[in-house]
Amino acid sequence: MKSFHGGVHPDDSKKYTAAKPIETAPLPEKVIIPLRMHIGAPVSPVVKKGDTVKKGQLIARSDAFVSGNIHASISGKVAEIADYPHSVFGSSMSIVIESDGMDAWAEGIPVQRQWEKLDAKELAGIIREAGIVGMGGATFPTHVKLAPPPDKKIDTFILNGSECEPFLTADYRSMLEYAERIVTGVEIAMKVLGVNTGYVGIEDNKPDAVKALQDAFNGTRVKVVALPTKYPQGAEKMLIVMLTGREVPSGGLPMDVGTVVQNVGTVIAISDAVTKGIPLIERVLTVSGSAVKEPKNLLVRIGSTFADALNLCGGLGSELVKIISGGPMMGFAQSTMDVPVIKGTSGILFLNKKDVNYGKESACIHCGRCVEACPMGLNPSMLSVLGERRLYEEAKEEYSLLDCMECGSCVYVCPAKRNIVQYIRYAKAQNAIQAQKEKAKVAV
Amino acid sequence: MVNEESLTMNLLTVSPSPHITSGESIPKIMWTVSAALAPAVIFAALHFGVPAITTMLVGIVSAVATEYLVQIIRKKEVTINDGSAFLTGLLLAMCLPPDLPWYMTASGSCLAIAVAKHSMGGLGYNIFNPAHIGRAALMVSWPVAMTTWSKMTTQVDVVSSATPLNILKQQGYAKLLETFGGAPNMYKAMFLGTRNGSIGETSAILLILGGLFLIYKGYVKWEVPAVMIGTVGLLTWIFGPSGLFTGDALFHMMAGGLVLGAFFMATDMVTIPITRKGQIIFALGAGVLTALIRLKGGYPEGVCYSILLMNCVTPLIDRYVKPKKFGARR
Ligand code: SF4
Ligand code: SF4
Repeated sequence: MKSFHGGVHPDDSKKYTAAKPIETAPLPEKVIIPLRMHIGAPVSPVVKKGDTVKKGQLIARSDAFVSGNIHASISGKVAEIADYPHSVFGSSMSIVIESDGMDAWAEGIPVQRQWEKLDAKELAGIIREAGIVGMGGATFPTHVKLAPPPDKKIDTFILNGSECEPFLTADYRSMLEYAERIVTGVEIAMKVLGVNTGYVGIEDNKPDAVKALQDAFNGTRVKVVALPTKYPQGAEKMLIVMLTGREVPSGGLPMDVGTVVQNVGTVIAISDAVTKGIPLIERVLTVSGSAVKEPKNLLVRIGSTFADALNLCGGLGSELVKIISGGPMMGFAQSTMDVPVIKGTSGILFLNKKDVNYGKESACIHCGRCVEACPMGLNPSMLSVLGERRLYEEAKEEYSLLDCMECGSCVYVCPAKRNIVQYIRYAKAQNAIQAQKEKAKVAV
Repeated sequence: MVNEESLTMNLLTVSPSPHITSGESIPKIMWTVSAALAPAVIFAALHFGVPAITTMLVGIVSAVATEYLVQIIRKKEVTINDGSAFLTGLLLAMCLPPDLPWYMTASGSCLAIAVAKHSMGGLGYNIFNPAHIGRAALMVSWPVAMTTWSKMTTQVDVVSSATPLNILKQQGYAKLLETFGGAPNMYKAMFLGTRNGSIGETSAILLILGGLFLIYKGYVKWEVPAVMIGTVGLLTWIFGPSGLFTGDALFHMMAGGLVLGAFFMATDMVTIPITRKGQIIFALGAGVLTALIRLKGGYPEGVCYSILLMNCVTPLIDRYVKPKKFGARR
């Protein structure tokens, strides 16, 4: 199979956790549940300090369609609602629940439901209620993705099983261990969308996951395809072009080419929400990296902290210099391990010196490696230089700044250690500010 | 809610993604390119003897010393270990006659680094290949010394004291064949390097070997030397001395500084276009200009000038030849 243009081949570092079955974390003593765990309208708490809550109980919600409900992940008492560190936004209002040790379900959960008997609308309603968002890290509300505007004809559903970020094995283990729930989740999503074609794309460095899902999807409308291993195979646009041959147009979304892509964790959450009535209160993640004594795949409650996860993995084995939420290519560096796991936390990496490059940035030597590596066909060198010279508008108009998906491939290969992605992010932000200003002018 | 424990954690590195890199670095590239020149350098030392060794040493030492001084004076970080000044000095020396007086070599090196590189802003900002600027400046300043080729000392079977291209330009093709004692002998001498010429340009085979190593390493795109040398071959064959399609393409492809230039100068990443397509256009242009100078110009050789001329249009090529954007096709 011919792969997409560009991309890079970092060492996948999956060997540390690939063979480790998913381990259920013990009940945490307290959880910190941020109100910002999704893209879209903010949610407001429906509980207050001192309230008793049960596992699975709704604790924050919004009337807006593009938003994500939040549920208690343990039973206990609301200790406070306050600002806490956040792995993506720096900080966020969060609901802190102290466990009562009972881990008691809220009323009416779990249930036994036959999803086949429900129609698309009912299914979509359940998914929305359950607060499901994209669990690969994007955290876009799933019910919104499953309800494209009527002028977009969707004909293909894609499950993203590529997990192309090094170190991460959460999706891989889930595919091996939860194949049945994955099949159910995919079937439900396809019913909601009303599509008959489904694909599962998995990188070919995970042949047993390919085999497991091929067996599980045998006799369904869904085709499981092994894709060449290359970062960023898991980027939606790359996945779509590889599976369907369709290129999402510049500035467009997967639905512009008739596709919807979901992550492995997300369809598992869909399955649990529909068949058992359980909202999104826990997730599988990989705890790995050179500084961890015993790397693992864990099933943890939303709101447990990175420190909790580290303790379950035997603590630190060597000197810690960097904590990353997510994968090493696109994840976020943390300044503390007291941040909570959110719905989009696919992994936590604790790295020592060996894995962290302290290269000093120098001038671009025009070597062209970034151009060869950019899957979007951009000129990252030029974008970084224009960023440096504050020519943000030119970057946008002449060099397609906004097409950059910040995958980091260009930085990965750059011999001059240029922080290209950082320049690009800043240039994008400056363009957004400019656009705001112009809008304001027009309004006046 | 910052508690005490998190305060003790402030030694963590918080930097933007990505958090891992390929380990590629500028010193690695520069030293690898220098290493790829090693076979030709060793051959030159054996072939031309002490004068060549001296010239190469003077070229390198003065380039590195100049870089050191410039950076000290301008209070910049000293980067002489990154190999780029070393490489410039070596490449310049390889384009010079073996027994050029040392102060000329030193001046060329000094100028290459101080003017062509650092006055433009340092590595990465220079428009022209510094080694070629050094050579061009020497050509203008000391034209006689730069075109005087003394008899080689260590090679007994080479009779001429002029370079093959010189003989061709001044005395014609027949005389050229006569000098070498027939075409097969000539090709052999050009291929192996047992001919007169600039220090590092004579051995086609060793330069090609070094170039192949760089292609394998991914530092050079094969299209560049292939297109540049191919273009020169094609044009010199078509516009031969006795009518169309009578030229000696094989000779021209191995003559002068073409192999050295095509593999090591027209591939200098800083001064050539960034895209593969752009680099092919660059190579094509450099090939056409080289052939033009050789066939019609006043100089016997044109590799240096044609590459410098193409360096001028690199920004233009980059502006119009962009990579193929994802999302253009549905
Ligand atoms: S981060 Fe942007 S510019 Fe860099 S390789 Fe990825 S898409 Fe291209
Ligand atoms: S990889 Fe780095 S040094 Fe090379 S062209 Fe791109 S930005 Fe410049």
